[in-house]
Amino acid sequence: MSRALTFHIGAIIVLAVLQFILPVYHSGNLARIMVLAVYAMGYNVMFGYTGLLSLGHAMFFAVGMYGAGLSIRLFDMAAAPAFGIGIIASILFSLGVGLLALRTIGVAFMIVTLMFSQAIYLLILYFNPLTRGDEGFVIPQAVRQVAGFDLSDPTTRYFAALLLFAIALLGMVWLVRSRTGRVLVAIRENEERARMLGYDSWAHKLFAVVLSGTMAGAAGAAYGLLFGSVGASFAEVPFSILPLLYVLLGGPGTVIGPFVGTLFMFYLRDISSSFTDAHLLVAGIVLVLLTMYARRGIMGVVRERWAKWLP
Amino acid sequence: MKPEKRDNVIASRRKVLKGMAAIGAASTMPGLVPFAQAATDQPIRIGFQVHRTGIGAAYGRWYERTTNAVAKYINDNGGINGRPVEIIAEDDGTDPKRGAEVVEKFATQHKADIAFGTLFSHVVIGSAPRAGELKIPYFVVSEGHHVASGMLNRWTLQPGITDVKSQVQAMAPFVAANLGKKVTMIFPDFAFGHDHRDYFSAAIEKQGGNVIAKIAIPPTETSFTKYFAKIPRDTEVLYHVMVGPSVLTFVKEMGEFFGPSRPEIFGFIDSLEAVDLKTPGLEFLEGTYFWEGNPRYAQKNQTEYDRFYRAAVGVDDNGASIDDPRDVSTYAHMWGCWETLNVVKAGMEAANYRGPGDRAALIEAVEAMTDMAEGRDHPQGAKIFNGRTHQVFGHQYISRVNGGRLEVVHRTSIEDTFYPDEVDYTKMSF
Repeated sequence: MSRALTFHIGAIIVLAVLQFILPVYHSGNLARIMVLAVYAMGYNVMFGYTGLLSLGHAMFFAVGMYGAGLSIRLFDMAAAPAFGIGIIASILFSLGVGLLALRTIGVAFMIVTLMFSQAIYLLILYFNPLTRGDEGFVIPQAVRQVAGFDLSDPTTRYFAALLLFAIALLGMVWLVRSRTGRVLVAIRENEERARMLGYDSWAHKLFAVVLSGTMAGAAGAAYGLLFGSVGASFAEVPFSILPLLYVLLGGPGTVIGPFVGTLFMFYLRDISSSFTDAHLLVAGIVLVLLTMYARRGIMGVVRERWAKWLP
Repeated sequence: MKPEKRDNVIASRRKVLKGMAAIGAASTMPGLVPFAQAATDQPIRIGFQVHRTGIGAAYGRWYERTTNAVAKYINDNGGINGRPVEIIAEDDGTDPKRGAEVVEKFATQHKADIAFGTLFSHVVIGSAPRAGELKIPYFVVSEGHHVASGMLNRWTLQPGITDVKSQVQAMAPFVAANLGKKVTMIFPDFAFGHDHRDYFSAAIEKQGGNVIAKIAIPPTETSFTKYFAKIPRDTEVLYHVMVGPSVLTFVKEMGEFFGPSRPEIFGFIDSLEAVDLKTPGLEFLEGTYFWEGNPRYAQKNQTEYDRFYRAAVGVDDNGASIDDPRDVSTYAHMWGCWETLNVVKAGMEAANYRGPGDRAALIEAVEAMTDMAEGRDHPQGAKIFNGRTHQVFGHQYISRVNGGRLEVVHRTSIEDTFYPDEVDYTKMSF
């Protein structure tokens, strides 16, 4: 087994053990962080590995969340099939977005993703009778059961989040070491050269958008089912910026980086908000400092200095 | 060694006697009797979920001042079951995701006895499931119909502020009888606006009137003139409810559109909470009517309870901060924090609440409440609590703008605000 695989499996084992060690508050936080890290890992596929900067990633998260949530609210579906609907909705939606948005590049791509995301947010508000608009709705505790496991139970929720996180993490380890993953990096570094070498860069970029959107959608569906509420704030612009911050902090183009960035940002806000109302200012200053002195993010610096084998 | 030991014993006896004398003296002071009896007890820890940042910050600032004031009021009067109240405030950023995290923090890290104080509906809806799972009583001060609609859970209650459905329907009899029966509604195109549209349309029809046009304003809109052109000419009453920073533009453009010949205008003060009615551009509101949850301006027939409450929260007769007349309060809503914590106190004392093990008993004690008399604990007016729906009902106020002040012209009965139960939370298990 390679060092990279050992490291990431080890990280999953450590997280599993932490459930039994950490105080309740922190294990609850970690469950949330793992789900959000899947969202960030999805973002990393597009931004960190393929070089596609999206400013509207919340739309994918929201499509997964509402796909699952509305299946339960409108069709009385059980949690497991609703989760499946959330993922299918994410695949189809990200495919549609990819087909349209990839006709643009650079700044235009950023604007198009931002506009698509805003359209999704406004659609949620427009269809208020179905979605309850900006208020959102609750997924009842009784529905949040899978194969006899109650997703609202703290231990079950933690391990459900860990399962999703582990699949995403190991999937990413496999992807970045695969031929497809290397082509994505080649596109990020120099798309023209990749094309000249005979790779279909457009198809690879479309794959990256669909995979990224699906991971974000899976995180959204899981978030709704694990924490019991669905709301339009998850489709707003600030929620699109969060995964960008997570990835920039943790290390773009590193597999574990998005998790580290999510963990860092979560506790930065949690701790700083206990001392000051200006917690966003604190986050901003830390981000500026990190951008100035650790431009490759936390795990990017670790890889550069101590662990060149880190994928 | 022995004399030293004896000295120590004497010294410690002296300390004990001094301590007893101090407790005895303290016991004679008003308000300190129960604290003295429960000197070893820990404080009751109230987790206050406050909108310090985000869109709800203006409301949150005054919710926090009111909460600190009511905590002082309760403590000055002996606390709860002889234990002092301690407010543990956490900013939720007016964000449902963070709101849920804050509730978790109250329950599992701060070891708070209850969570309390949330205003914005989307934050309540994002947080309530976690409160239910963590089995921590969650007392919201939101106005939303989400509690009484049955959407939430047995651990979530709204015993200190009336909900939007009861407020809106109670306006219809006054509007139909005094302003007109052909109503055009202008409202923001999201859930809050839709609640107004749906509840008022049904209520005005019962009064023999009808809504002849429903004009929804997209939430991103910044200019409104084109929507005013859609108002039918035979409109007798324009019903408006706008929120957010664009409300000043809305009023200004409405004035420019109608000029001196306007229909009667009725609105919800939510649009202008924390906004000075004498702000340039708001002159057009002169002579128009507003719903108020509690009258911002001290009225001629002001009750002694309002006078006491107004002083306690630091608000002058114009509804602004005593320290800064430019700092206008959210007077129509913030009383909900005052009354809710007094309900919590009454509930804890009825349940003989000792700690988190008695949380279910606290819920049952509040569910058993019905009549709440007007007084210092309930300065807005008398209330009737419905334990089945976890929602309180109370008087509503309709005020007219006269000389830049709001003067109350009508106070509804509590019965005007009733509607059939939509849920029975008491049948749900804990």
